Amino acid sequence: MTWLSKSPWILHYDASSCNGCDIEVLACLSPLYDVERFGIINTGNPKHADVLVITGGINEQNREVVRNLYDQMADPKVVVAVGICASSGGVFRECYNVVGGIDCIIPVDVYVPGCAARPESIIDGIVKALSILEEKKRGTHISQAPRQGAGGLR
Amino acid sequence: MSKKIIMPFGPQHPVLPEPIHLDLVLEDERVVEAIPSIGYIHRGLETLVAKREYPEYVYIAERTCGICSFIHGMTYCQGVEQVMNLEVPERALYLRTIWSEYSRLHSHLLWLGLFADAVGFENLFMASWKAREFVLDVLEETTGGRVIQGSCKVGGVRRDIPCDTLDRMVKDLDGFERELQDIANVFLNDESIIGRTRGVGMLSRDDAYYCGAMGPTARGSGVGIDLRMTGYAAYGKLKFTPAVETGGDCYSRCAVRVKELFTSIDLIRQAAAKIPEGEIEVKPKGNPDGEYFSRAEQPRGELVHYVKGDGTKHLVRSRIRTPTLTNLPPLVKMLAGCELADVPVIVLSIDPCIGCAER
Repeated sequence: MTWLSKSPWILHYDASSCNGCDIEVLACLSPLYDVERFGIINTGNPKHADVLVITGGINEQNREVVRNLYDQMADPKVVVAVGICASSGGVFRECYNVVGGIDCIIPVDVYVPGCAARPESIIDGIVKALSILEEKKRGTHISQAPRQGAGGLR
Repeated sequence: MSKKIIMPFGPQHPVLPEPIHLDLVLEDERVVEAIPSIGYIHRGLETLVAKREYPEYVYIAERTCGICSFIHGMTYCQGVEQVMNLEVPERALYLRTIWSEYSRLHSHLLWLGLFADAVGFENLFMASWKAREFVLDVLEETTGGRVIQGSCKVGGVRRDIPCDTLDRMVKDLDGFERELQDIANVFLNDESIIGRTRGVGMLSRDDAYYCGAMGPTARGSGVGIDLRMTGYAAYGKLKFTPAVETGGDCYSRCAVRVKELFTSIDLIRQAAAKIPEGEIEVKPKGNPDGEYFSRAEQPRGELVHYVKGDGTKHLVRSRIRTPTLTNLPPLVKMLAGCELADVPVIVLSIDPCIGCAER
């Protein structure tokens, strides 16, 4: 973690998760995993955040909320989709109200697999995201075009 | 008389772990009325019964909510078993009871941590979540999953707990109980917690009853409803009395949950002492034909799974009613007349689980 030049702050939003991944994201803050030792703080303010962590898939009502949160964050920013629902819609992708994974609304940098994703893999995903953040800051990151609806149905 | 203003609260908000939106009608700092609006995490998973066969739907039912996932799966299985007249082996019923109580422990510790955080007691948040990891380790060791267990199936359970593991689990509970006593002592006696929660978010016994409050929200106001008293799974063979407080404020609701931690530990010990040897599952034959209204006590209150089958592999209808939904009308009552700064504590005091409520 020596390349970190600042403390990355995280904004967590529960899109349409079952809470399984949410509580694992919160568990990363608990004394066993304690990501705060790296200066990672879970903030509620999108303007303060560098990393957007989203659990759960996009549905009809929250697509604007997610878009809005992403737009409010300052550049450079990275998006981490935590759990299989956030990555592709998961077991709920056939539900009538679920649009699909996060990547049908905003570009995603890191996908964390699992149902529910384990705290270790969430931390791993965020560490990967931080190196992408650093690349974006230096301007060396080759951005992927948003995979419009790649994991979703619509 | 000052002018009324409407302040939006949520869905994404620093103090809210989950998305719920409240329109707070304010008169200066006082909340006159709270108007909730939900739907931010609605998925529509009940309709998946048409696409999944009834034994497969268990994993969808479990993913209604990641916090009380095991109890969701169990309640659904109970419903289908009743429709199909399946006689579930005794050992499976005891195992279900043990896992349910571990789920309750993990859910209550999670809530106590969030509540401490809402009060502004960061240290206590950490202590509760540290204790919770012990429960998650047990769940992971015995079922394979930390938060989504997937160990319940129609006709029984998927895995057995070997006797020596069970003995060690019971032995480990002693040290865990001592740790909980330290935490409970702070929650029940700390001056700053009492100052923040006593007399805040009052819900009278009548309001709790007529608004349909469930679980600790009802028991904190003196309504002694506990579905475990109906004796589903193996609860009928275990002795316990539900924790009831009569204060009706946030402190009472917190005290109920703190006391339930020890009830759960006691129930696990009783179940581990009485668990019989034998099979852990029966194979279901045929398809469910009929309907059943299956109820169970979730950490937040009464959970209802309604299942209806027509003799095919797919159920015709699954309907889930979760305790958070029934606890929202009491929440609106509690919020009327409170101060704006108390809103996070009061909202948390019903233990909202929006993931369940909206499905």
